[in-house]
Amino acid sequence: MFTRQFADGGADLELQGISKRFLGFTAIEELDLVVPAGSFFALLGPSGCGKTTTLRLVAGLEEPTSGRVLIGGKDITSTKAYQRPVNTVFQSYALFPHMSVLQNVEFGLRRRSVPDPLAKAREALRLVELEQLAERKPQQLSGGQQQRVALARAIVNRPALLLLDEPLGALDLKLRRQMQLELKSIQLDVGLTFLHVTHDQEEAMVMADTVAVMNKGRIEQMGAPNELYELPRTVFVANFLGQSNLFTGPVVSSTDTALTLDVQGFRITVPISRTQRQRGEITVGVRPEKLSLHTEAPDLGSDSNTLGEGRIVDVSFSGVSTQYLVNIPALGNLLVFAQNLGFGPVAGVGAEVWVSWQVGHGFGLADDPSPAARFAADDSTAAIAIAELEES
Amino acid sequence: MAFAAFTAADVVVRTPRKKSPVALLLLLPGVLYLVLFFLAPLVSLFFTALQVPHLDGDIGQYDYGFNWANYTDVIRMYLPHILRSFGYAIIATVIALLFSYPLAYLIGVKARSRPMLQGLMLVLVIAPFFISFLLRTLAWKQILADESLIITSLKALSLLAPDAHFTGTPAAVIFGLAYNFIPFMTLPLYTSLERLDLRYLEAGSDLYANPFTVFRKITVPLSMPGIIAGTLLTFIPAAGDYVNASKDFLGAPDTQMIGNVIETNFLVLQNYPAAAALSIILMAVILIIVGVYVKRLGTEDLL
Amino acid sequence: MSRFGFGKWLLPVYGIIAFTFLLIPIAYTIVFSFNDSVKSNISWRGFTFDKWLTVCQVENGSVCEAFGNSVIIGIIATVLATTLGTMIAIALVRYRFGARGAVSLLLFLPMATPEVVLGAGLASQFLAAGVPKDMTTIIIAHTMFCISFVVVTVKARVASIDPTLEEAGRDLYGSPLQVFWRITFPLLFPGILAAALLSFALSFDDFIITNFNSGSVQTFPKYVYISAARGIPAAANVIASAVFLFAIIFVLVVQFSRAARAKALAKH
Repeated sequence: MFTRQFADGGADLELQGISKRFLGFTAIEELDLVVPAGSFFALLGPSGCGKTTTLRLVAGLEEPTSGRVLIGGKDITSTKAYQRPVNTVFQSYALFPHMSVLQNVEFGLRRRSVPDPLAKAREALRLVELEQLAERKPQQLSGGQQQRVALARAIVNRPALLLLDEPLGALDLKLRRQMQLELKSIQLDVGLTFLHVTHDQEEAMVMADTVAVMNKGRIEQMGAPNELYELPRTVFVANFLGQSNLFTGPVVSSTDTALTLDVQGFRITVPISRTQRQRGEITVGVRPEKLSLHTEAPDLGSDSNTLGEGRIVDVSFSGVSTQYLVNIPALGNLLVFAQNLGFGPVAGVGAEVWVSWQVGHGFGLADDPSPAARFAADDSTAAIAIAELEES
Repeated sequence: MAFAAFTAADVVVRTPRKKSPVALLLLLPGVLYLVLFFLAPLVSLFFTALQVPHLDGDIGQYDYGFNWANYTDVIRMYLPHILRSFGYAIIATVIALLFSYPLAYLIGVKARSRPMLQGLMLVLVIAPFFISFLLRTLAWKQILADESLIITSLKALSLLAPDAHFTGTPAAVIFGLAYNFIPFMTLPLYTSLERLDLRYLEAGSDLYANPFTVFRKITVPLSMPGIIAGTLLTFIPAAGDYVNASKDFLGAPDTQMIGNVIETNFLVLQNYPAAAALSIILMAVILIIVGVYVKRLGTEDLL
Repeated sequence: MSRFGFGKWLLPVYGIIAFTFLLIPIAYTIVFSFNDSVKSNISWRGFTFDKWLTVCQVENGSVCEAFGNSVIIGIIATVLATTLGTMIAIALVRYRFGARGAVSLLLFLPMATPEVVLGAGLASQFLAAGVPKDMTTIIIAHTMFCISFVVVTVKARVASIDPTLEEAGRDLYGSPLQVFWRITFPLLFPGILAAALLSFALSFDDFIITNFNSGSVQTFPKYVYISAARGIPAAANVIASAVFLFAIIFVLVVQFSRAARAKALAKH
């Protein structure tokens, strides 16, 4: 029926100035994005950030209010969903309950009158190791098996772009970890472009080559997982991707290579190369695992920041590491992750401690420091309403 | 199955609805049909109710006019029938509710763990629908006739006066109305009770409510949508019915309801304005009752 | 309640009594279809199969003719009402449009209007328009009152279909028509079937509206009503019993095959 050529490998996806407004709110604002062919690209963000809407726009299930969608350089903005060389693995899998597993997988092939759909469908089922269940109905499969069928049903069409909408969200933790690795190896096998939407930061980091962190309809930051983690640019990214200790204060002195802030009387230094802003009131941060605990005031010289004294208010042991919550008067609570190199915690609740980290581990953020920005989790009613609309 | 119509009253939909010309295409034929064959007839009824007899005309010939006196005439003439209709319908509805609630509770709550039995009982509830409405009413007429086994034994046991009748009395008409519309009551009640989360009842008992209080404060309020739907579905057809009250069925000339006089006026006397005026009165009273009822007790979205 | 010994048994015992009560007139009707009656079928005169075998010979076959009319009317009205109602149900669940409130009201009102008013209204309109009453007017009337019931039944089914299934169909290269026939319709089918059965049952058993709009056409309920005054022949009981047995077997088969299918699915 369709003569459209389907790519052997993936194709570039390009979004140009995409906006999407629903009645009363804006889901996506002026979004520009390029997903290079053959990459595993993750859109990461909390529910309601616009990531699912972005995916639906690419799939053609939603029309943008403005902007263009290009695949392999071709403008497909006004192309219908069923005419796009794009397939989706839905969050709920959306397996047709009245068809067998095999019929589900064949569905797309038959609609396009691809020759020999049966053999291709069986081949796809073999890839996900479910050929023996081809005659079953979807309801008779476990969650993990249904997930694989959904994947087979999509990749059998060899789309230029495969969209994954929280594909592992319904699986339990252990299965999820296993499927993450499997999905990644399947992507390498078939060489398609994967666009993966998730709110699970660990999942995004494990699977994707490139992660774009979305918040309130915009991309806050984009890059390789380790870049994003080590050098977040905004408060939102610093808190959404892992955890961070943040401090806000005015810049009081600077050298060619470093800035020093005054935070409630404490001096904190960060490298200029790792800051987004160099003057005025700025927010800096450091990851909890970069912090060291000391039971007496350390003397570490100018390449470390030291804060103290404080008091341990909580200790939680999690096997690999121990989390300490340290209260420093005037600064509030700091989170410290310490690897369990010895046996058990090094200090107990109530102990007096100092906290230090290497200057090179800190990062300076781009946000305008305002009290609200310090708490990045957006749980305003508006955000929840948007999140629900997005999920529905 | 057939009872889905009653059991499916309030499924919550969370579909993002789209605007599309397809909607118009889908709606138009059906809506047009209802406008043509439901709405227009009501309007026609309204105008018929105001007609005046054709001068020197035969029986059944009328001219359009604005003869509001038709209404006062029929009210003067048929007030007892109108009051009787609503009285009978209310009593029959209450009886059907009292009969159905425990039955619906049995099917919807007690039988929950046994789906086969539950399905069988539901089929039994709708079984009377599968046999002709008129024949099952006639069956009661004969089962409860003066010379029938039941009535004669009641008389033998002195539970009934020797010269008492059952058929042809108001009690028989109310009995017939209640019997015939019981499935309309049981099914919506069942739907509500089927959905009742038993943990609420447990929470109630946990919070020191005795079984009666749990029933009154938790079960009944939670099954209110079923009670509303059931009472309306029973009351409306009961108030307009004329089969049960007909003298060939369970009634007698002095048990005639508004439906009987509408039928007689329209089909026998060909007094169309009177039949139309009575219909409009019946419709208006029912709409007022439905409106007040729905507003009072919520459940805006009955459809 | 369970503190009392009889509390546990109270409801089931009540259930047995209530079901017996509900089924008494049915049993009576069926039993009297085997009555060796002469003219009217009131007192028991002995068992016979004759009435079942000669059902179409009674009164020159008028019972059978009335029954045939009812079936034809029921089938046509069912097809029309189910089609129109299903379309409306899909529109109501899946689309946004102005005047939603008005449409809902238009669908609710026929169910809130007593049959006698529906019947008299339509009859007065046919009278005003000079339309003669025949099979067509009965079919028009039956279709009208069935539509709302179809909408309610099918609407619930539409609402239970996950819209992402249809999206998945479109995503997998299904055109709108293909998505409808291959995904939406098969998933909707149980609801449509239920609506059709309900429509047929309502149409087949309707007397009040039919009585106003049938002219000289006989339907089965009309036949019963008219013969009630002079005594109903056992042939009417035969027809009603046959319909009842057919319907009840059909429903039981559907019910139990569904339960069996659910069990089979759960087994794997």
